[in-house]
Amino acid sequence: MTTARIPLLHRYANPAAFGRLASQILPWTAGASAILLGLGLYFGLFASPPDYQQGESVRIMYVHVPAAIMSEVVYGLMAAAAAAGFIWKHALADLFVKAAAPLGAAFTFICLVAGSLWGKPMWGAWWVWDARLTSELVLFFLYLGYLALVDAFDDPQRGLKAGAILVLVGVVDLPIIKFSVNWWNTLHQPASLMTLSGPKVDPSMLLPLMLMIGGFTTFFVTVVLMRLESELLARRIRAWRTAAGEE
Amino acid sequence: MSAALTLFLHDLRLQLRLSTDLIAPLAFFVLATLMVPLGVGPEPNLLARLAPGMLWITALLATLLALDRLFQRDFEDGTLDLLALSPLPLELVVLAKVAAHWVTTGLPLLVIAPVLGVMLHLDTGGYLTLEISLLLGTPVLSMIGAFGAAVTLGARRGGALLALLVLPLYVPILIFATSAIGAAGEGLSPRPHLLLLASVFAGGIVLVPFAAAAALRNALE
Repeated sequence: MTTARIPLLHRYANPAAFGRLASQILPWTAGASAILLGLGLYFGLFASPPDYQQGESVRIMYVHVPAAIMSEVVYGLMAAAAAAGFIWKHALADLFVKAAAPLGAAFTFICLVAGSLWGKPMWGAWWVWDARLTSELVLFFLYLGYLALVDAFDDPQRGLKAGAILVLVGVVDLPIIKFSVNWWNTLHQPASLMTLSGPKVDPSMLLPLMLMIGGFTTFFVTVVLMRLESELLARRIRAWRTAAGEE
Repeated sequence: MSAALTLFLHDLRLQLRLSTDLIAPLAFFVLATLMVPLGVGPEPNLLARLAPGMLWITALLATLLALDRLFQRDFEDGTLDLLALSPLPLELVVLAKVAAHWVTTGLPLLVIAPVLGVMLHLDTGGYLTLEISLLLGTPVLSMIGAFGAAVTLGARRGGALLALLVLPLYVPILIFATSAIGAAGEGLSPRPHLLLLASVFAGGIVLVPFAAAAALRNALE
């Protein structure tokens, strides 16, 4: 069978084909991530002006905002992959969900911690029970719940499937986080980056922010590919062990 | 449909005969709520302020108690396999079991809640809203809990895991229910909060059985 006959979605379901693709992409995303994060940190920490209201604290935003975006994007990707796993029985979909989950949890944690550090000087409190903070916290617990569930079964395949169902149920939280600041008039400021009339951020601050968002994204792609490759290797080792009658 | 009804009555009879299953959540609800005045002091205004939240949090934890056994026994003795093979859709099996679970855990909470409200000095305007919110909210708690029980079926340390998975999903119900009771206690209309709660009820009862049934199929594979 020629590769052209296989739909793109399934061409890389073959672990060997995926492994080749991943090892081709990996050096590029790793390099891009290092450069973007380096540049972003330089511009964010040194070569951008302090905010007229927030002062130097605005620099926390260059970590907080990308982490917040990634916390939601990663969950969205996990949900899409979980759905793909159910609909097309794609071989790598459930593994992707597992590979992405700790990263998503880490991004959510960074987002919460950075936001808290920013909130103390700006709002005068480490934590405020506003709608967006609460729903982001719930998202963090959804990630933790997934991570606990996936490892709780003796049969890894069963854990992956159970986790995929949980991810799909938890997806109701995503729109609540995204729109909480528009629906409820709470303390967290409304969106200033993705509005219908374009970004409402000054170019001198937009540059480091965009660099950091690019850096976070390429970092995620790099690590997720590495984790997927190691999951595939672990699966192969398990198969060999079973074949050798050790388990 | 009559098969689902038979299953519901069968489950109900089973749970009524195992009286510990019936008494444990209720006793927990009463005792945990009565810990509040002992913990924060008997000051009536403070208790009235805390009452909606405390009643709902303890109700929420009480429904968790009997959940891990919802499918466990049937899973272990193979009844669940037979139910999955029967012409009755697994979604309806879930609904019938959840209904039986609600009648034995949710409904008793509804009956005892006003008494506990009195002991916590709940504002007089809040009682009707407390009952309506429990009536709308506890079935969804049972439903989401059934999903949690289905998805953790066969897992190691299922009980603690169940709480970790289910509690974040309980958050919207808790928020809408307690803000409804709070609004009613202050003389405002609880209607908008109750309507939101009703929409959660309507959505939950329709959609969650599918997720729970998918999880059960995964467990039976």
